[in-house]
Amino acid sequence: MATIRIPTPLRRYTNGERLIPVTAGTLAGAIAELDSRFPGLAERLLDGDGQLHRFVTIFVGEQDVRLLQGLATPLDETTEVSIIPAMAGGGGPC
Amino acid sequence: MAVTLLRCRECGAEVPAGPAYVCERCFGPLEAVYDLDALRRLPLRERIEAGPRSIWRYVDLLPVDYDPAVDLSPGMTPLVPAPRLGDALGLRRLYLKNDSTNPTWSFKDRAVEIGTAAARRFGYQVLACASTGNLANSVAAHAARAGMRAVVFVPAGIERGKIVQSAIYGPTVIEVEGGYDEVNRLCTEIGEEHRWAFLNVNLRPYYSEGGKTLAYEVAEQLGWRAPDDVVVPVASGNLMVKIHKGLGELAALGLIETAATRVHGAQAAGCAPVAEAFASGGEVRPVRPRTIAHSLAIGTPADGRYAIAAARASGGRVVAVTDDEIVDAIGLLARTEGIFTETAGGVTVATLRALAAAGALDPDGVTVAYITGMGLKTADAVAGAVAEPVRIRPSLRAFEETVLIPTA
Repeated sequence: MATIRIPTPLRRYTNGERLIPVTAGTLAGAIAELDSRFPGLAERLLDGDGQLHRFVTIFVGEQDVRLLQGLATPLDETTEVSIIPAMAGGGGPC
Repeated sequence: MAVTLLRCRECGAEVPAGPAYVCERCFGPLEAVYDLDALRRLPLRERIEAGPRSIWRYVDLLPVDYDPAVDLSPGMTPLVPAPRLGDALGLRRLYLKNDSTNPTWSFKDRAVEIGTAAARRFGYQVLACASTGNLANSVAAHAARAGMRAVVFVPAGIERGKIVQSAIYGPTVIEVEGGYDEVNRLCTEIGEEHRWAFLNVNLRPYYSEGGKTLAYEVAEQLGWRAPDDVVVPVASGNLMVKIHKGLGELAALGLIETAATRVHGAQAAGCAPVAEAFASGGEVRPVRPRTIAHSLAIGTPADGRYAIAAARASGGRVVAVTDDEIVDAIGLLARTEGIFTETAGGVTVATLRALAAAGALDPDGVTVAYITGMGLKTADAVAGAVAEPVRIRPSLRAFEETVLIPTA
């Protein structure tokens, strides 16, 4: 089962849980699975068009999914998925 | 003065000032909130001019109180006229903001000093950062000054000089296998689980305000007026945003008449997600960096869209220059003005040159280029581009024959 790592701002949806195992085979499936267990979570990650929210960065393995296949990125048994607030990125202030 | 509120730039949600950086509602960035009405009632100009010759003269406009324990006195760096470089580029009133004279020789000291004060305010024991080098240097130095532990994370393979310049202050230096974007992701995850002050992650709303002082100083050094054009290097895009914001604040507070400055951004073509989105009009897309300008090699710029907004709102542009142009520009700056800058400064000067050639700068207006770091940090980048020494025997004749008589 793939494992999703939940960042602090989203842990109130997961009752404080940091690591959530999922069985879905793609990132989109994993987000749907998360939402069925923790209603409202998908809305935090996806915008109105069902695309990844502008301020959310998701890594599958060590890769930004925007550089992989986006929401269609496949997950396998050992995959670690990290959800990162995009604003953390980018070093500042330059 | 210490701010009491942070506000989400996107949805406007407010939270009490603390070590938070992202809005729980929409994941947007949190920013320090100032009481501008209260500031307007202060004799700000007198207070600033009577202040220390460092960023702390602007303490009324900063998100933390002055903290002597972190004070390495960055800022108030020279704003020097650059007539010879100006001649070469067709700019009659060109100035260079030489920020390579800061305590650890880059502009990062401005932000780190404020971030370190915030870390102390919130009771952190460990100062940490993800860095391409300059930030790590500054964090290590400030931790030493404040008597804190420092742990700095850098991409494996950055310039050896930058490692030494951090290591000398006694931090733990961690080389992460990957580029800056990987280091940054790891640090964000560590910051989620451990109570460490990652200055450019969980203290970002405070830390990033340091960039504003580069706007304040230039305006004050010009006699309380804003320049017509500024050229700013872009990695995350934050500095460009903060310079634009800083000039706007000065106008809003009546310290300058207007802030009609065109704010231009400079990127390396090998890592130009902001310049590319500016040109295409689309969203900022992540890229895998490949450039000698390591300190600008951020493929997922957090403030990219805000940097583009700052350029568009001010009439500026964001453009990219090649590695060859960067090396050439480092030499041009050194030969014309006697200032040796690192690759990020080369990006700025090469972009200045490109903008001047494209007619994007007012040739009679006041143009300021921000030189954000010093050349010895990345000396390797230009080692192959300088002339070899002339070698002679220790005799007058050898000297006269070899040096005085030009060889055909």
